[in-house]
Amino acid sequence: MLPMDRCCLPGAVMITIIDYGAGNLRSVQNMLRHVGAEATIASTSAEIEKASKLILPGVGHFDFGMKNLASCGLLDVLHDKALNQQTPFLGICLGAQLLTRRSEEGDLPGLGWIAADTRRFDTSRLDDSLRVPHMGWAETEYQSENPFVQETGEKPRYYYVHSYHIVCDRQEDELCHATHGYRFTAGVQRDNIAGVQFHPEKSHRFGSAFLKKFVDLPC
Amino acid sequence: MLKNRVIPCLLLQNGGLVKTSKFSKPKYVGDPINAIRIFNDKEVDELLVLDIAATKENREPDYDLIEQFAGECFMPLAYGGGIRTADQVRRLFALGVEKVCLQSAVVDDPEIIRRLSEQFGSQSIIVSVDIKRNWRNRVQLHDFRAGGASKVVWTDFVRHAVELGAGEILFNAVHRDGTMSGMDVEAIRAASKLASVPLIAVGGARNLTDFRLAIDAGASAVSAGAFFVFHGPHRAVLITYPSYDELQGVLDDDEK
Repeated sequence: MLPMDRCCLPGAVMITIIDYGAGNLRSVQNMLRHVGAEATIASTSAEIEKASKLILPGVGHFDFGMKNLASCGLLDVLHDKALNQQTPFLGICLGAQLLTRRSEEGDLPGLGWIAADTRRFDTSRLDDSLRVPHMGWAETEYQSENPFVQETGEKPRYYYVHSYHIVCDRQEDELCHATHGYRFTAGVQRDNIAGVQFHPEKSHRFGSAFLKKFVDLPC
Repeated sequence: MLKNRVIPCLLLQNGGLVKTSKFSKPKYVGDPINAIRIFNDKEVDELLVLDIAATKENREPDYDLIEQFAGECFMPLAYGGGIRTADQVRRLFALGVEKVCLQSAVVDDPEIIRRLSEQFGSQSIIVSVDIKRNWRNRVQLHDFRAGGASKVVWTDFVRHAVELGAGEILFNAVHRDGTMSGMDVEAIRAASKLASVPLIAVGGARNLTDFRLAIDAGASAVSAGAFFVFHGPHRAVLITYPSYDELQGVLDDDEK
């Protein structure tokens, strides 16, 4: 569970979307606005330092993402925010994969905050009708105790576009899973750090409900 | 669980929404923003917007309008029409578009697929392939700018596009466009065998069974225009989209 003891004043919450040249920030901002939260887009460590919640979106190659985070000079501030200050942190798609130690897609080390690796879909385990990238909607199942989705009748479904997925060392770090040929980890969470492979910003009411939960988390 | 996407395809002309028949006779069907709001409320899987006039008029995408679309779309939005450069693609993505759809630019310079997919990821690059059957019922690549058959063999075009890094193929049967006479299942079957990436089949759908047939023939996703905007024998304009349960019932009934 996320730490509950460090609540900040309402109104002072600053949700910051990290701009590192690798993602569709605007869609995330649009969806946050839709759930009643104004988010700022930031590309400097000074701005990120002020954030009370951080979102790392991202589309593209793993090494491209890591290289951009480094060349924007953001690695130190992100480590400090996520690990020392325990700022609620959400990675989306590539942003979630970057939380892992490494990816089969690239050579650069990832942020390594979650004990997990990112692997390519094993096409030998997919039947002929299933393609990679996995592109489309998938019902997604959460671990029973999680801060994002309560047990309700309808299983949430989200939009996915990915050729790689996360593999956790520890089952308890898995937030949710979905199926494309086989069961894969669709989200991870450890303390204040979470990451999801799907695109909540493009997943209708299911995605808006997810982001609303992130917005409402204590920080 | 629904594995195949069902995608309304909206055609833009001079800022209005139109529907063509076999790529001609565009009929005005309404205000695009209004239509997109309705499709958003109906929770469509994805939306494809094609500006059918941009390339012909040799102009840029209508960024202001597209920005408004993106602000209304809480599902993936793909845009095509008038795209020729990486700068345009970057600008479209910055507005909130997820995917771009290319055709004429690829015909003129196939290498553009490689450049764009390396820069933006192939999952965001759709290559549109128009095919039409000739009087001998042979499938030919259709060149919409020339209004006739292209010299390029359609199978080569599909193969080449995938090799260069297209993330998806939009496979459009021009001879079925707007006719609501069923999809060209045989052509879809042949095309999906060629493409290792997702294939979106469009053209001719009149009901959910047509979608099912296209999926069984190998399409990863199905798209339609007229089916989602016309209603009844007189083709009254009425925007509809089946519920998730309806789609699941028809498309997933014997899930493996």
